Amino acid sequence: MRVKWIAVILAVVVAAGAVLGWALTAPRPRYSTEEWQALSLAGDPAAGRLVFFAGGCESCHKSPGQDDPLKLGGGLELKTPFGSFYPPNISPDPVDGIGAWRPVDVANALLSGVSPDGRHFYPAFPYASYQHMTAKDVADLAAFLHTLPSVKGKAPPNALPFPFSIRRAVGFWKLLYFDNAGLRADPSQSEQWNRGRYLVEGPGHCGECHTPRNFLGAMDLSRSLAGAPLPDGHGKAASLRSGGFLDWTEADIVEALTSGFTPGGDVLGAGMTAVVRNLAELPESDRQAIAVYLKSLPPLGPAPAKP
Amino acid sequence: MKRFVAVALALACGVTAVLAETDPIAERRALMKHDGEAAKKLFDMSKGKIPFDLAAVKVALQTLNEGATKSAALFPDNSQTGGGTAALPAVWQNKADFDARFAQFAKDVQAAQAGITDEATFKQFAPAVFKNCGACHEIYKAKSG
Repeated sequence: MRVKWIAVILAVVVAAGAVLGWALTAPRPRYSTEEWQALSLAGDPAAGRLVFFAGGCESCHKSPGQDDPLKLGGGLELKTPFGSFYPPNISPDPVDGIGAWRPVDVANALLSGVSPDGRHFYPAFPYASYQHMTAKDVADLAAFLHTLPSVKGKAPPNALPFPFSIRRAVGFWKLLYFDNAGLRADPSQSEQWNRGRYLVEGPGHCGECHTPRNFLGAMDLSRSLAGAPLPDGHGKAASLRSGGFLDWTEADIVEALTSGFTPGGDVLGAGMTAVVRNLAELPESDRQAIAVYLKSLPPLGPAPAKP
Repeated sequence: MKRFVAVALALACGVTAVLAETDPIAERRALMKHDGEAAKKLFDMSKGKIPFDLAAVKVALQTLNEGATKSAALFPDNSQTGGGTAALPAVWQNKADFDARFAQFAKDVQAAQAGITDEATFKQFAPAVFKNCGACHEIYKAKSG
């Protein structure tokens, strides 16, 4: 008799746990349809083009094997310690792309990492940075994306081993590491500094390569931009808080982001070549703002040795 | 005495050649370092940071030509790792494309060598030379650990 009661209690606990887990991991989109409509943002495609290049969307979503950054069929493999991700088709194709998405759907994808059908995106999609974008930039970007050519064909599904294949579990990750918040301007700093900070921490998503990550793949913000191995294991993104970079002047940073040439006569390679290409589409004032912000960051020594 | 010097010189050249062949990583890194210094000089000139100097341009282009023509042969299959190399596996996966890029680099440098006679022609030919740097580094170079 006692065994039967234990079994019942156990079943209730497990069921309650499942319900709690389900509730805790629920996707939380930043905007409901009504809230988005209340913002009354028309969306300017010309402004959205600059957001597109600041955000570097083409670096992941451009159809591989060709050079047009506006053909966004997705499918470029991103190898990480958690498996391989395949960025989806974000062309305006209504079937294979995001043509059927409304601007509020684009907003919730970028700002909350949530899809229109209420599922989590994996944080390989760098919404941990994009969450800092303004609603206006998102609206403009959505408008610009709609002007691009349709590309047929869906990208392959992600190739992730268990347990990373459990998409709902990203909800737990978000509880731990994702604050779903915007960026508040720092009134004690200049407009230029704030613009630089916005570009670096928002659409520029620099930290997604340059900030070290913990064992669950979340950026360690206490060591922001202090350098990190690249996700595919080949090489690393330099530290912007220590080492040779500290000797760079603001002019050096602007030059490197404009032409790729470093003060030492090297040329920025690997992923940075695409960054330089994309930032070339922005006004020089934006690259200067990034340089001002980066030079303002206090140097950070090496990480303390693990005990 | 002269014969001794001649023999010693020949031996020295031979020994360094052998040494270089046994360490292609070191040699290509040295070539690339000189390339970077030469490119930086040309780049600063193109931006007006330092005054235009035709003699210096010719020296720099000669360095780049050396890099462009000698480097492709310095990536044998057994030099993929070690020695602080920043070359990515992609080099050996796409060797034909990799070699072709060096050929293009040499072509652009030699066109510049033939065509540059003054500041105006310098500004005309230099961009094509610079484009080669990023084109390779984007795919074939990483900051190594």
